[in-house]
Amino acid sequence: MTRPRVGLLCAAGAALLVASVAVAITIGPADIGVGDVWSVVASHLGWGSTELSPIRDGIVWQLRLPRTLLAAVCGAGLAVCGAVMQSLLRNPLADPFVLGVSSGASTGAVVVVVLGAGGGLVSVSAGAFLGALLSFGLVLLLSHILGGTTDRVVLSGVAAMQLFSALTSFVVMTAADAETTRGVLFWLLGSLSGVGWTDVWVCFAVLVVTLAVCLAYARTLDAFAFGQDAAANLGVSVARTRLVLLCATALLTAALVSSTGAIGFVGLVLPHAARALVGSGHARLLPVAALAGAVFLVWVDTLARTVLDPQEVPVGVVTSLIGVPVFVLVLYRTRRTR
Amino acid sequence: MTTEDAMTTEDATTTEGFGSAEGVGGAEGIGSAEGVENVAAAGPAAGLRARRVSRTADGRVILDGVSISPAPGATVGLLGPNGSGKSTLLRLLSGVLAPASGVITLDGRPLAGLGRRDIARRIAVVEQQTDTQVELNVLDVVRLGRTPHRRAWTPPSPADEEAVRDALARTGLADRAHQSWHTLSGGERQRVQIARALAQEPRELLLDEPTNHLDVQHQLDLLALVTSLPVTSVVALHDLNLAAMYCDRLVVLREGRVVARGTPGDVLTEELIAEVYGVRAAVTRDGSDGRPHVRFLGTVSPPAPR
Repeated sequence: MTRPRVGLLCAAGAALLVASVAVAITIGPADIGVGDVWSVVASHLGWGSTELSPIRDGIVWQLRLPRTLLAAVCGAGLAVCGAVMQSLLRNPLADPFVLGVSSGASTGAVVVVVLGAGGGLVSVSAGAFLGALLSFGLVLLLSHILGGTTDRVVLSGVAAMQLFSALTSFVVMTAADAETTRGVLFWLLGSLSGVGWTDVWVCFAVLVVTLAVCLAYARTLDAFAFGQDAAANLGVSVARTRLVLLCATALLTAALVSSTGAIGFVGLVLPHAARALVGSGHARLLPVAALAGAVFLVWVDTLARTVLDPQEVPVGVVTSLIGVPVFVLVLYRTRRTR
Repeated sequence: MTTEDAMTTEDATTTEGFGSAEGVGGAEGIGSAEGVENVAAAGPAAGLRARRVSRTADGRVILDGVSISPAPGATVGLLGPNGSGKSTLLRLLSGVLAPASGVITLDGRPLAGLGRRDIARRIAVVEQQTDTQVELNVLDVVRLGRTPHRRAWTPPSPADEEAVRDALARTGLADRAHQSWHTLSGGERQRVQIARALAQEPRELLLDEPTNHLDVQHQLDLLALVTSLPVTSVVALHDLNLAAMYCDRLVVLREGRVVARGTPGDVLTEELIAEVYGVRAAVTRDGSDGRPHVRFLGTVSPPAPR
């Protein structure tokens, strides 16, 4: 099998991403063209002015642009986290949420929303972020106590996931009214509605840092192909690598989840799709997975907010509805025939 | 460690030390006292050595005061029944495990004080059986051997590419570089792992039962390849005849202790095989170059009737 040049692929992916963002913004109830998008962006960056009305300018700059950009950042981040987790834990089912991060975040958010913890001083995002870190810390501690091998990390993650899901359900069932429950459920399933520029910048910054760290470890991740001992024998300091990468991906996941809720499936599926495209070398895989995840989530979110217009479907629901068939197709095409 | 230390800590009652001064050919026929002197003459520092290493797991003693010091370039066979500590000794030698007591040294420096990367540039390991779920071809796997030589963010250097080409050529895999790992047979996979190990450009190569699950032809091919390499090899083996054919020296372990060491001719006797493996055998001298050949006759005590 020949593999396409990764530079070319990344350039094409980046172009596709920019075009996707520009086009996705035009889709929706308010009639806006791609040209309008460019002129709004240009005017806000100080390159001339726009003749659009303030309302339409606001729809682009305050609503659709941050939402679409966060979709891109979120998709990229989840895909990168998934790719790293799958290689590091040698488990094709690992995803960004395997470390219990999303369920911890959910509990944190629910505690803030339903129980009013923090007395209004703590935002939902901050609560979710704290919950995510708490859960991740618990997983690290558990897996360390249980022996520290990769399967123990995965099992600890599953245990934490169950525990925090139960806590979330408990809080919702005992304390929330119907309206709050509906809102919480929407958040739990993942939604990009109502995000602002702060979310975009925070998540983007964490994404850039995490991606840089993971790319610096690209070759090290390759060395895990034959397991931890093999990696150690290739000169990898396994414990340090695992700690650095688990913390980096958990932080990124926590940042994303606290802005958008738990958007499932992107982190599980997109890395496999990217591998089918460029092979498993991480120096190629990570950038391609990031771009694929970004483009994927931009379009899935566009679908989620328009398909039942004016009602919005949680984007996590749509990622799974679309993701599962795509996943099966990818696995079918790369199935091993011996 | 000084020369004097080496003299005093060596267990002079067993055949000790592999005469490092004499290189590959000279490893033959060194008696116990002579061996120790040779170690002293070469300096105790050269190469990879284990000095009185012990290791316990769950309160059970796995290794108990084992010393080995392979001569540079020699192939040393580790023999012993299952659970005798062969794999653990190899894992200590590779630095993946730390000894509970005793010390592993590389050119006189304790392994524990060296970074993983520095160790991997010197010592390569071929594990018993390896597999991966990752889609890799032969070239990808061999390139992994360059991991300890490469820096982050940089593309492979000409030296990296050269080492990979050389490793593929030595193992006869040059024309299969693009074949998928998952389509290879067991013997071919071991060959690829040896190529990967060679790409590390090691001076010491540790192999843990590399011939397991291979057919006869691949067993012979693989050990002939290993012995032809310009590296010091320590190979854990089950097959006594393969050990007799291909190893310069043998070390026999039982319950974590060295019970015999020396040339295959010295070590592989009917008495030792009965004592260590509990098996009756006839040992003849009709192997190649007068090396011993072992024929098994049965277990020492026949199993009690049920």
